[in-house]
Amino acid sequence: MEVTSTHYVVLSMLLLGIGVTGILTRRNILVLLMSVELILNAVNINLVTFSAAQQQVHGQVFSIFVITVAAAEAAVGLGILIALFRNKQTVHADEIDLLRW
Amino acid sequence: MPIDTALFYVLAAQVLGSALMTITRRNVVYAAVWLISALVGIAGLFLLQGAEFLAGVQIIVYIGGIMVLFLFVIMLVPVQEEAGQRRFSNQKWLALACALGVFGMLGVIVARGVGSLGHPGRADPPGLGSLTENSESVGMVLFSEYLLPFELASILLLVAIIGAIVMSKVRKGGAGG
Repeated sequence: MEVTSTHYVVLSMLLLGIGVTGILTRRNILVLLMSVELILNAVNINLVTFSAAQQQVHGQVFSIFVITVAAAEAAVGLGILIALFRNKQTVHADEIDLLRW
Repeated sequence: MPIDTALFYVLAAQVLGSALMTITRRNVVYAAVWLISALVGIAGLFLLQGAEFLAGVQIIVYIGGIMVLFLFVIMLVPVQEEAGQRRFSNQKWLALACALGVFGMLGVIVARGVGSLGHPGRADPPGLGSLTENSESVGMVLFSEYLLPFELASILLLVAIIGAIVMSKVRKGGAGG
């Protein structure tokens, strides 16, 4: 049985589902950021799959931009995490409730 | 079974299994290591689809850069306290239901769109003779058609670096806000 674009799209869908589940259920902010990386990678798989199916390189170029933004997001997110840990002494998302009443 | 198909299933199993382990491990370090395994599998999938340049970028930027950054930060915040604590938040069942809802919606979309994905009359499996001279063509397009976005991406990275430094810097004197 040949591997078609559909296989890759379904794989990407499953990976995105796992990432969303991780973001919504975990408490640790580090794991939340890792789940974001999983979601971005699912997007990359889709872009590369369509790029290969269309025989055009644009999807891969866009995927490079996604990786760039992921790097920026990780740097800023981890910087925020360090500042947050210095102030609140916690890395748990549900213990940071300053804006909740 | 052709080698491409076998490789796809092996790599897909590796990616999905590692991703599941990432979001379920109690210890953050283990989660990060499992995420590295998932990223390696995704780089393998890129290779399988003929995106060699992107596979290299994936290894270098994600595993060599982002994951090392993650591990550094994990070393900065104490992980040991984590051991006896809850992994999942209070609303985990509601969250799981929402995630399954998103997942089901995606499934419907993919199932409806599957017909338009295949290209009859063409060898559909990506990775077979697709996009030869991959790095060259990516470079040509990146530096001609996408030159402005490329420069904007470098500005974005500069802003992110400065922002990360400013946010994680220890302010002396305590007057800073």
